[in-house]
Amino acid sequence: MIPQFIVENSPALMVIVPLVAAFITPFIGRISSGIRSIWVGGAMAVTSAITLILAFDVYSAGTRLYVFGARAASAAIPPDSGGIPIRIIFEVDPMSALMLVITAISGFAIILYSLSSERSHTGLESYYTLFLLMITGILGMVSTGDIFNFFVFLEILSLASAGLIAYRIDGGVAVEAALKYFVLSTIGALAILVAIGIYYGEYNALNMAMIASRMQFSLLDQVALVLIIAALAMKCGAVPMHFWTPDAYSMAPSSITALLVVASQASLYGLFRIVFSLYSVTLNAVMVGWLIIILGVLSMVVGVTMAIPQKNVKRLMAYHAVSQTGYMLLGVGVGLAVLGNQPLLDAFGYLAMEGGIFHIINHAMYKGLLFLTAGAIFLRVGTYNLNKMGGLGHSMKWTMVFFIIGALAIAGIPPFNGFASKLMIYESVFMFNPVLAVIAMVVSILTLASFVKVFHSIFMGPKLPEFADVKEAPLAMLLGMGILALVVVLFGLFPGIVVENLITPAAHALVDQGAYISTVLGGA
Amino acid sequence: MRMSKIVRTGANLLYPFILIFGLYVIMHGHLTPGGGFQGGAVVATAAALVIVAYSYDEVAGMLKKTAMKARESIGLLLFIGAGIAALVVGAPFFYNFLANSGLLFGMPVIPGPNPGDLNTAGVIPIMNIAVGIEVWGGLAIILLYMLSGIRKEES
Repeated sequence: MIPQFIVENSPALMVIVPLVAAFITPFIGRISSGIRSIWVGGAMAVTSAITLILAFDVYSAGTRLYVFGARAASAAIPPDSGGIPIRIIFEVDPMSALMLVITAISGFAIILYSLSSERSHTGLESYYTLFLLMITGILGMVSTGDIFNFFVFLEILSLASAGLIAYRIDGGVAVEAALKYFVLSTIGALAILVAIGIYYGEYNALNMAMIASRMQFSLLDQVALVLIIAALAMKCGAVPMHFWTPDAYSMAPSSITALLVVASQASLYGLFRIVFSLYSVTLNAVMVGWLIIILGVLSMVVGVTMAIPQKNVKRLMAYHAVSQTGYMLLGVGVGLAVLGNQPLLDAFGYLAMEGGIFHIINHAMYKGLLFLTAGAIFLRVGTYNLNKMGGLGHSMKWTMVFFIIGALAIAGIPPFNGFASKLMIYESVFMFNPVLAVIAMVVSILTLASFVKVFHSIFMGPKLPEFADVKEAPLAMLLGMGILALVVVLFGLFPGIVVENLITPAAHALVDQGAYISTVLGGA
Repeated sequence: MRMSKIVRTGANLLYPFILIFGLYVIMHGHLTPGGGFQGGAVVATAAALVIVAYSYDEVAGMLKKTAMKARESIGLLLFIGAGIAALVVGAPFFYNFLANSGLLFGMPVIPGPNPGDLNTAGVIPIMNIAVGIEVWGGLAIILLYMLSGIRKEES
């Protein structure tokens, strides 16, 4: 049904299509803005389709290797290279495939939303070019098997994100937020580059599987690990490196904020990939595991307590994003802390990791949805200030429904997807350390309290006179939100199917370092 | 603000040589030190030189931002196009299908010390040219935007 050519070359095509589309967009935009809308929408649809084809193929047929520039896509080690895979390699295992699924769904929903929400703004050719570059960066980051290539895609993502955060100049405030993000990203990227230099000097290789197979966990490797964890934890907005998130998330256009959430999940993926696939059992799993757990708990508590007093709805949601990232760090951190201890790993380690990984996809869906509803409200009302809103439930019914779905999901109320993943985290973390589980539950309750307040001040109450002529959001925006809301509800109703088919293979792929190495290096 | 006549004459004289040297670095990227990025940066310095020597307004008429943006996009598309062409011949993305094919840039490399044959290395020179065009456009845009501030300060 699907041509073999596309399936075989899907790892390359999913990066080529948005890249080519991004740079043709300025030319298309000169013809007419209508054709440009069709062009970027179509390009994103094709990208999502190819990405989903690849993800499906990985889940059904196992890890995919794609070697750029070789005569055959599976020839990882050139005959004259002395056994070192020198080419750029995409290694798409189930964990990467999960991230691809997230990007495909969110990216498509967000572009639908953008086509309508950004219609009346200027500078759209740059907007769509940078949007597609962000997609390219995310897709590349989560599928590459080459650590320098990872850095390159991270930089593509950072530069495009910084441009888009500053897209609505807004009296210079957005530019300030973008500058903050840009400076921090550059420092982070520099740290990663130094770490890559250390690996290259030590192991003569840039391929992650090759480095993993030679990993000794010397002092230099520890320095590199610290640099990488610090940089990527900053990029995913973990406390205490979270201070760029409220600014960047609240000043970017809402569609971009939703994509920034996916981007931060990609950084989180990078963190897990480095820790599990590159270092795995060589590192001091208990110590690094606890480090990640502490980062996670700090993020959860600080994020939610900072969110409660916020007046700006997007700043509030941004702090909740920090808080939710903590859950993923907590879940996967617990998995890491018991790595190498097979009985404990079987008892609750895998479950904790599955919970954390499941929370990544859930978070990308419901947090994206919440940011999109905030954007829809802003489009109609013109303010993010909670104190100035009220009574919008009368006129924006669908937006309200989507907001309720998102808010209940983030608070972990059944039957939405947030409940499913949080329950897995609670259960497994309780077996590891009951105090952590209690903290996680308290944070959830505070999240619910915070969103009840937001819901009340935006939608409840009598219709305000200044918003008398407020209309429902346009259809395309509702469609974009609807896709995400549908995923939130479906994942919440059938968590068993999702966990069994998507999450468990991902968690096992992350733990199974041997398989990751042997895919590239052969049976070694 | 225009610089003195000596500077402007010097810029006039140097301009073609900088362009030729930059294009030489791009063209010989696969044989000598340098390549697309370095050559493109050299070519873009020619733009910087004339903007500094003459006034921004005079140069803005000659170096158009839209033309530079077009160069940036075309360079990138040429680069990716060279990669996609490999897919068309049935190999993975970026496969060097022109090397040793006898076609454009397709001569085999002679082993041992030799003066260097330009007509080798397959798609690598094509990608160098693409990167050169792209960096030329990209850096020229950056220069045009940054140096446009000079005029504002004067008035």
